Amino acid sequence: MDHALSKEVETQVEQRPGRLREFWFYFRENRGAVFGFWVFVVFVIIAATAPWIAPHDPTQQFREFALIPPVWQEGGNWTFPLGTDPLGRDMLSRLLNGARYSFFVGIVVVVVAASGGILLGLLAGFSPKWLDALIMRLMDIILAFPSLLLALVLVAILGPSLTNAMIAIAIVLQPHYVRLTRASVIGELGKDYVTSARVAGAGLWRLMFVTVLPNCLAPIIVQAALSFSTAILDAAALGFLGMGAQPPTPEWGTMLAEAREFILRAWWVVTLPGLAILVTVLAINLMGDGLRDALDPKLKRS
Amino acid sequence: MSAVTTDAPTSTAPVVTARGLTRHYEVGGGLFGKPKVVRALSDLDFELTPGRTLAVVGESGCGKSTLARVVTLIEEPTRGEMSISGTKATPDAWKSLRSKVQIVFQDPYGSLNPRQRIGQILMEPLLINRPKMPQSEREEKAREMLRLVGLRPEHFDRYPHMFSGGQRQRIAIGRALMLEPEVLVLDEPVSALDVSIQSSVLNLLIDLQERMQLAYLFISHDLSVVRHVADEVKVMYLGRAVETGPKDMIFDNPQHPYTKALLSATPRADPEAAKERIKLEGELPSPLAVPPGCAFAPRCWKAQDKCRAARPLLDGATQKSACFFPEGEGKPSAEAPES
Repeated sequence: MDHALSKEVETQVEQRPGRLREFWFYFRENRGAVFGFWVFVVFVIIAATAPWIAPHDPTQQFREFALIPPVWQEGGNWTFPLGTDPLGRDMLSRLLNGARYSFFVGIVVVVVAASGGILLGLLAGFSPKWLDALIMRLMDIILAFPSLLLALVLVAILGPSLTNAMIAIAIVLQPHYVRLTRASVIGELGKDYVTSARVAGAGLWRLMFVTVLPNCLAPIIVQAALSFSTAILDAAALGFLGMGAQPPTPEWGTMLAEAREFILRAWWVVTLPGLAILVTVLAINLMGDGLRDALDPKLKRS
Repeated sequence: MSAVTTDAPTSTAPVVTARGLTRHYEVGGGLFGKPKVVRALSDLDFELTPGRTLAVVGESGCGKSTLARVVTLIEEPTRGEMSISGTKATPDAWKSLRSKVQIVFQDPYGSLNPRQRIGQILMEPLLINRPKMPQSEREEKAREMLRLVGLRPEHFDRYPHMFSGGQRQRIAIGRALMLEPEVLVLDEPVSALDVSIQSSVLNLLIDLQERMQLAYLFISHDLSVVRHVADEVKVMYLGRAVETGPKDMIFDNPQHPYTKALLSATPRADPEAAKERIKLEGELPSPLAVPPGCAFAPRCWKAQDKCRAARPLLDGATQKSACFFPEGEGKPSAEAPES
């Protein structure tokens, strides 16, 4: 009888694809997500190789070539394929280098917000009622502010720079992680495997990080992907308002801000950074949606 | 263990002794309301002996699972005391007593961590409780246990989702036995399994009990399973034991009306047998408001004024029951003092 049972499992195992394969199978279902994924891959490659693929130094000013239009328009030339800005800097080089900043902002903000948020969320989920209430109300207060406004206030206090903008955005995004983690932790705590770890004598730390946390990660990964784009967008917004990266940094939001007086005369100085932000954020959001569908066990058919 | 031999019928000294075990919960109340008390477990006495099985039966909400949580040292009893191999089980002693009592849960799907491999699941109790044991020895023990519970060596590196319910339950049993406990609490260990698998898991449990001289606390609502594994039976109703005694006596000659009703509700594979099915009226009363007197009185067909006024005590010689008007040749119980 035992033997028959194990045999049955054997065939099951052969049919069952690996975790990554299974993930890709569900992720592939969503076309937008796959499109977003490839755009994101290109974005990462550009960010990694920007200094080598950019035709010019992003801060070098070619004074005699100020406000040259892109190559397909009259007056454009191949030295500056996407034209130049009012100070004669090459738009293409600036955009390529801007991808680095955006990627950097995304990574740092997500890492800081997620690690802080996960820690607080775990703590809230495991702690007695009063501490849980204290942490969650604090997070509610942060959530009650319009996020950009709060980030603006924080930057105003810390002083405008890209680093401070990143800190401010991380603080603003953190409560989402806290809520998400706490909710999953509370859901997992009621399950029997946690009780059996307790009966086996697992301490609080072990229970938190080894037993419970790995089982809460799926929604957190999705949130991380989605807030990557939020971080880029907020950093650009802060840059546009003059509170983020300072000129001459080729950050997309800052580029927009510098160029807004030329919006009628030279459309490319404003449109191109805006498009770059749009495409990146859209791609990451699409990817995040696909990620959510692929990682959500409730949406699985088998 | 020389004193043990004098204890003729049970042959060994009990490993767990509980006296007047009580667990109440305070619920609700909110900001201003007065919290209510749920009497999940009241005045339970029992002993668990190596190599023997005490089965606890009753419908849902009677305090079976609370009992499991108290015995496995997850929750502290509100009143009463329990000692495990001679040591009083107070929260200070929990840490040292942990490895003596382990538990197997009802749901084989929720009781294994989905992110751990079977090997890790089996080794974790050792990792926590015997940190000095070398990794190779731990692994050896885990592989040995895998064999003992009827799984194959190649299952060591697999994840729980690759197993069927019965196999998962074997893994859960293996994990519980890794620390070589003396007591195993089985909280409905087979009720989530297919009937065909149930018997193989039950036989594994009986086999392991003989081999390791384990004391079982077997919690179940399935009387045919209880008949198969139990030595002693304790019938519970609303947190109190209403009848307790050796298995054969309870099954052949139930004294408490509730026991009789429970037994009459078990399906039998004998169409010829005369069926006298007792249907109980009403629902289990809320444990928030346990009726005064005998808790079973509102649903009992024999209830009289005395039953509603005073609570019968659990008495008798080997088979004890708590009823003023017992079935069969039982002796009527005495009244409990006002509490």
